[in-house]
Amino acid sequence: MAAVAAGAPVIVCRNLHKHFLRKTKENVQALDDVSFEVARGGLAALVGPDGGGKTTLIRLAAGLLTADAGELSVLGIDVKADPQAVQDRIGYMPQRFGLYDDLSVQENLDLYADMHGVSAADRRSKYPQLMEMTALGPFTRRLAGQLSGGMKQKLGLACTLVRSPELLLLDEPTVGVDPLSRRELWEIIRGLVRDQGVPVLLSTSYLDEAERCEQVVVLREGKVLAQGPPKDVTALAEGRTFMATPPRGETARVTQTGLLDDPAVIDASPEAGEVRIVRQPGQPDGALARLKLEPTPARFEDGFMVLLRRAAASDNQVQKAPAAPLVAKDVVIPADHEVVVEVRDLVRRFGAFVAVDKVSFEVRRGEIFGLLGPNGAGKTTTFRMLCGLLSATSGTLKIAGVDLRRGGASARQQIGYVAQKFSLYAQLTVAENLDFFASAYGLRGARRRERIDWAMAQFELGPVAGLLGGQLPGGYTQRLAMAAALLHEPQILFLDEATSGADPMARREFWRRITALSQAGVTVIVTTHFMTEAEYCDRIAIMDSGRVLAQGTPAEIRARGATKSDRQPTMEDAFIAVIEEARRPAPHEQAA
Amino acid sequence: MTATAPSPRGSQGRFAPLAAKARRIWALIRKEGRQVVRDPSSFAIGVVLPVMLILLFGYGMSLDVKHVPIAVVLEVPSPDASEIAASFQLSPYFETHITPSMAEAQTLMLSGKVDGIVLLQSDFARRAAQGDASVQLVVNGIDGNTARIIEAYAGAAIAQSGVRVAAEGQGDGAAVGGQAVVENQLWFNSAYDSRYFLVPGLIVLIITLIGAFMTSMVVAREWERGTFEALFVTPVRTDEILISKIVPYFLLGMVGLLLCMASARFLFGVPFRGSFLTLTAVSMLYLLVSVATGLLISSTLKSQFLASQVTLVATFMPAMMLSGFIYDLRSVPLAIRLVSYLVPARYYVSLLQTMFLAGDVWSVILPNAAILAVVAAVMLALTRRVTRKSLG
Repeated sequence: MAAVAAGAPVIVCRNLHKHFLRKTKENVQALDDVSFEVARGGLAALVGPDGGGKTTLIRLAAGLLTADAGELSVLGIDVKADPQAVQDRIGYMPQRFGLYDDLSVQENLDLYADMHGVSAADRRSKYPQLMEMTALGPFTRRLAGQLSGGMKQKLGLACTLVRSPELLLLDEPTVGVDPLSRRELWEIIRGLVRDQGVPVLLSTSYLDEAERCEQVVVLREGKVLAQGPPKDVTALAEGRTFMATPPRGETARVTQTGLLDDPAVIDASPEAGEVRIVRQPGQPDGALARLKLEPTPARFEDGFMVLLRRAAASDNQVQKAPAAPLVAKDVVIPADHEVVVEVRDLVRRFGAFVAVDKVSFEVRRGEIFGLLGPNGAGKTTTFRMLCGLLSATSGTLKIAGVDLRRGGASARQQIGYVAQKFSLYAQLTVAENLDFFASAYGLRGARRRERIDWAMAQFELGPVAGLLGGQLPGGYTQRLAMAAALLHEPQILFLDEATSGADPMARREFWRRITALSQAGVTVIVTTHFMTEAEYCDRIAIMDSGRVLAQGTPAEIRARGATKSDRQPTMEDAFIAVIEEARRPAPHEQAA
Repeated sequence: MTATAPSPRGSQGRFAPLAAKARRIWALIRKEGRQVVRDPSSFAIGVVLPVMLILLFGYGMSLDVKHVPIAVVLEVPSPDASEIAASFQLSPYFETHITPSMAEAQTLMLSGKVDGIVLLQSDFARRAAQGDASVQLVVNGIDGNTARIIEAYAGAAIAQSGVRVAAEGQGDGAAVGGQAVVENQLWFNSAYDSRYFLVPGLIVLIITLIGAFMTSMVVAREWERGTFEALFVTPVRTDEILISKIVPYFLLGMVGLLLCMASARFLFGVPFRGSFLTLTAVSMLYLLVSVATGLLISSTLKSQFLASQVTLVATFMPAMMLSGFIYDLRSVPLAIRLVSYLVPARYYVSLLQTMFLAGDVWSVILPNAAILAVVAAVMLALTRRVTRKSLG
């Protein structure tokens, strides 16, 4: 086996097939005749809906799975014939990097250095570099289990990079990571490509990340939809992308949701108070007629949606949810704007540590309120107090007018909560899960049947009613969790990072439901790491180190992100600007 | 590293692959060791549980009957009757309450203060003179096993008084003649102390526990926590992972063995007649069998809960029930005896009992040790087969 010739592709994949058998004996074709090449040098991204085969492909390349048919060579080595030879030379970071929680940061690093046979001399030069890159230097003695999500992800990457691999495979390296850590991770990855020329293949559900790569491969249901430079995909939407100002008295979110079912619209999303629209050519204007469309340059995400829409059409499959709105269309947000969640000077201490420090905000009926912040900002702690799962150290907390510190039980009846982690019963079927939660909320008789039927219909769970909770495909778990949280018709819905790791389609679907709920008068409070999702909120608050740093409408927050370039600041720019400004030491300290 | 693959570390010389291998194994062993020390559940299974078992089996559980409270009803005191009462009072097996009436004895029995009544009726002296004296024995039969033992001991105590009477020349030999005096002689366990066979059994249990139960968790844990996925995509080889899983638990098992040996010797004073070297050698064999079984189960099932349950049923229970530790395998039904041949613990129990109570009897040690060695080899080979660097 000769060394890879310069310029030869690092990964060559021809007519690759891989199937799995589900426990239900159902045959799942994870990869169906997949062919592509990853060129030496630069970044290549695998994108596509959940269950598209991204992880399977990366695992095949890492020699962890064996293909049913087809060829796969990595660094010129046939992976099937000699997986070990590949594993000796590449770096691989799985989606859930298996750090040893009971080993310290340093011990985890040392273990991987020993596995790769990194000499003591190399370590002396490599470790400081890795520590600087990941900013883990001050935490080398901390147990990996006690690190935040972003830090764990960085340590995983550091373990993968203890020696310079000839190829780096990263499976969703930024999933569940806040925008700051995400940016830091990307700087590390790009630095590797730039300074050491390491070729990288990564999968991601962030389309803006894919846009920054040299090459993308779009996978859907095991088939390659497109491959090439991202601009090729973007070109698909060129000339079809518009911005529209919502009609007076309507929020961008409402306009956007109304457009989603229009045959003339491929995609619509709220952005900076306006609606971004990708048009389907050759269709009558429909709902678009009443809007003034301003052409705008296309983005990768726009082209991606065009691709998926096309694939769905050729499947004769309805990609968009059938137009079954959650509530009757004529329900309008009640005009009273009554405050339903009132938080004033909320404090929570854990010993000497102040997790939540004098947080105040108000949420009105039917509003969507977003709580944003880096990992460890105190969002989840605030959430738990709002849901009555944790008592406040001090401060006022009123839910629907009831002081949570006194009338906890009655307030809890008004609350639905979807936790960050999967909190349904994996061993119960979808129907049994709903049945259980209905009885847990004290629903009986006709009303219980009615609510379960409602949930099944609204969240389109019918086809999977008999599947076990643990076997549900990605998007369905999240729908089931929401269905369960809404069974008792709560007035307020809390969603803690509900879209973490979900693909763009699932997220659209999710926000469509949230919009409908808010139209029905349900108050929704969310946390998210997707800054584009903040655009759906009526108001947002940015938290860090337990304090609220900024609060206001998305437009107001975005204004704080004014950058040096003339580019319009994105929500992510604004977020990072707000956090960095707060973390920067005060001027007099700098002078000292 | 395959010979054909270009070595990225060629500059490290010809011995580099071996040195790198040794370094990987050492790093993994050290990691495993740290996890044992830091994980409270490993500590509980590896150290606390063995100590508890030693104390429980050594002090709490005993198959002997001692200090049985018994009532002796002396309706009319007479020299013969007193003789019998005295022999109960002298016996270490009984705690004797002398009462004048049966009614009082019955009250004691009903209130649970005594487990048996020896009734020497008012006409005992007269009938003893005639040579047809009878002693009535009432035993609380709730615990059948204890009841039989009490019965036997009481019988022996009464017979003994007869022997003593004869020896002291009160009445001629003919008076007690016709009665056969059974003289029991116990070999090997001369004190007839159940600890003598419980303690060797304890060693089997503890080694099974540390060897199989702990290792049954360690591979499954890596699967569950997803730590294997990243580890697999490194130069590490399957055999290196397995060695690193065997060594720490093997050492822990040896510590357990020492703990048992020390407590057997110094806490319970169980005699040991074999050589310590032979014992260590055969124990290592059995430990290897246990560790390999645990690993095999763990690698196959990949779930901690399932693996621990299966290990309990597949190794610990048979080691307790079917190894000849509690029930003598010669007296069990044929079918069960045949099954017991499949239980590796059985061979180890034979080895231990022989070495503790008889000595290094090579005709027993060699065949049993050979079987253990074969089982260990087979188990390790199977484990090597099922552990692959693959997620499929």
